[in-house]
Amino acid sequence: MSVASEPRTAPTVPEEDGVPPGPATAVAGEGLLALWRRWSLGLWLAPVGIAALAGVLFVYYRSLKTEDAGFQQSSALQWGTKLWPQTVQHLQIAFWSTLIVVVIAVPLGVLLTRPAFRQVGPYIVTVANSGQALPAYGLLVLFLGLLGQGASTAIWALAFYALLPVLRNTMVGLDNVDRAVIEAGRGMGMTRWRVLTRIELPLAVPVILAGIRVAMILNIGMATLAFLIGGGGLGVTINSGLKLQQDSVLIVGGVLVAIVALTFDWVGAVAERYLRPRGL
Amino acid sequence: MSSDAKIRLDNVEKTYHGSSVSAVDKLSLDVYEGEILVLVGPSGCGKSTTLRLINRMIEPTGGRIFLDGEDVTTVDPDRLRRRIGYVIQQIGLFPHQTIAQNIATVPKMLKWDKNRIAARADELLTMVGLDPDQYRDRYPKELSGGQAQRVGVARALGADPEIMLMDEPFGAIDPITRERLQNEFLRLQAELRKTIVFVTHDIDEAIKMGDRIAILGERSQIRQCDTPERILAFPVDEFVDDFIGAGSTIKGLNFEQVGGLRLNGHPHITVDDPPSTGIKVLRASDQEWLLILDDERRPLRWMRERDLNRSSGSYLDEGEEVRIRLHSDDTLFHALEQMLQSSSGLCCVVDEKGALAGVVEMTHLRKAIRRAQVEARRHYEDLEAN
Repeated sequence: MSVASEPRTAPTVPEEDGVPPGPATAVAGEGLLALWRRWSLGLWLAPVGIAALAGVLFVYYRSLKTEDAGFQQSSALQWGTKLWPQTVQHLQIAFWSTLIVVVIAVPLGVLLTRPAFRQVGPYIVTVANSGQALPAYGLLVLFLGLLGQGASTAIWALAFYALLPVLRNTMVGLDNVDRAVIEAGRGMGMTRWRVLTRIELPLAVPVILAGIRVAMILNIGMATLAFLIGGGGLGVTINSGLKLQQDSVLIVGGVLVAIVALTFDWVGAVAERYLRPRGL
Repeated sequence: MSSDAKIRLDNVEKTYHGSSVSAVDKLSLDVYEGEILVLVGPSGCGKSTTLRLINRMIEPTGGRIFLDGEDVTTVDPDRLRRRIGYVIQQIGLFPHQTIAQNIATVPKMLKWDKNRIAARADELLTMVGLDPDQYRDRYPKELSGGQAQRVGVARALGADPEIMLMDEPFGAIDPITRERLQNEFLRLQAELRKTIVFVTHDIDEAIKMGDRIAILGERSQIRQCDTPERILAFPVDEFVDDFIGAGSTIKGLNFEQVGGLRLNGHPHITVDDPPSTGIKVLRASDQEWLLILDDERRPLRWMRERDLNRSSGSYLDEGEEVRIRLHSDDTLFHALEQMLQSSSGLCCVVDEKGALAGVVEMTHLRKAIRRAQVEARRHYEDLEAN
């Protein structure tokens, strides 16, 4: 159609529908708060707090006049023979139980979200739930009866106890993946396995990691009870403090556990931030 | 059964487990190479299900599916789907992959080498109107809806499939962007000549995009399958008539061109003639409006007798200026629009040089509509007779 002069009010089309501004412009605009979020300054503040707590503990520990104290107290507070080995043992219990949780719960979660097993999912979750519903003490005793004394019994008991958060988060993370994304992948000829490993799991990583972080913290906390069945750990020192009515021993043991837990929570937070796939 | 169908559905059926009524009931349909076949129908009629039967996202419970004459009803569905482009309304870009990685999905599965994949991604981005340097390494969340669906189309074209399935691809996009994407897609298709099955619930989109349209009723029964022109001119039953809705005649005008009309002469004079000649010419005809042409026979103004009486002879002030001139390849819909805007109710058609070729009157449109209807009816009568 040749147009001599244009009487029609043709809608002027916008050049291209808006694109969200890049991250570069966000900083300048919103100032400190944006800077805080962008560099996750909160994430880097935590180690400072933990170091401060460790410093306070160190000063307190040095100020204790162990020479004047009774034999029992000084013995319980010896770094080389008591506190350090207990810390290592504590971490070992927490580490192995968390590893077992991940190795069992993530594949189980994957399996229970597959169409073939979807129906049994609720039952398994109920069993995992019962692990957490039982008192931790009772669970330890139960495993003591099954596996006998020692750290490995504690590891298995804790693993059972912390199964639920990882299992549930794996299932929720996978269920929350946009159906359209899966449909598109399948529609282009990706096999089920490829969709799982290339699409679903990467997209569920943030949620699964959050579950693992919870399990890890649970395990570090619960490992203080391992001494009950001869598993060792920092619970030994705390228990000594209680039994001997020595506040200084109690405080040193308790704060050490707190430092370990806070440190690993922070490690978990860092992992969540940097292992999350880009683009989300 | 002709064998040149690119896609053939032969009595394809889908009955869901535990349901006594089939979702798709014995559907037979041929899609020819290089055409866009639109499946359109009310919601719940099974058009999406039908589309997904073709790439076996839904496994048929009966019948056969042929691609290029090859029975693909039982081949490995994953391999089958890598030969077929697939675009869905929700787009479904992989949010954790860059645009280039998204587009590379199928080529990667087909084990193309890296350089070829990268070159293909750039080529496709350019094809869908996105600058590769700017968009290649972006993530989907940085795209608007329209841009995301461009990438969706590019991804479906990744390994250059001969067949594309599109499930309401532009359904979730704002109207202005949608129209632009439709136009660009049609331009692209004119170049690529893919065989496309396109699902929509919007009859206007179907008319615009389809070389042929299959109007589906309940359980995916084909009520009418034909070119948009014929469907608009001759809806076979009340269901189809209801579905295409009001204004089908006017929509049909989109498919006829001004050049197809037989236009008769219209009274006119040139600017060199005095108004009195004009009055004479006008009285000799049965028309109300006289056309004033310039020296090269280009239409300038419309004038009635009283305009001529008032005119000083320069023909610059009275009457109505001719603002729009149609060419022979403009549609009758354009012609109608211009006629409704002009007080003369007429519209000038010019040749390449701009000289008057004829004047479109309302009766021309009426005749054209009549003719299309008669032709379509005769076509269906012939079909029935054979």
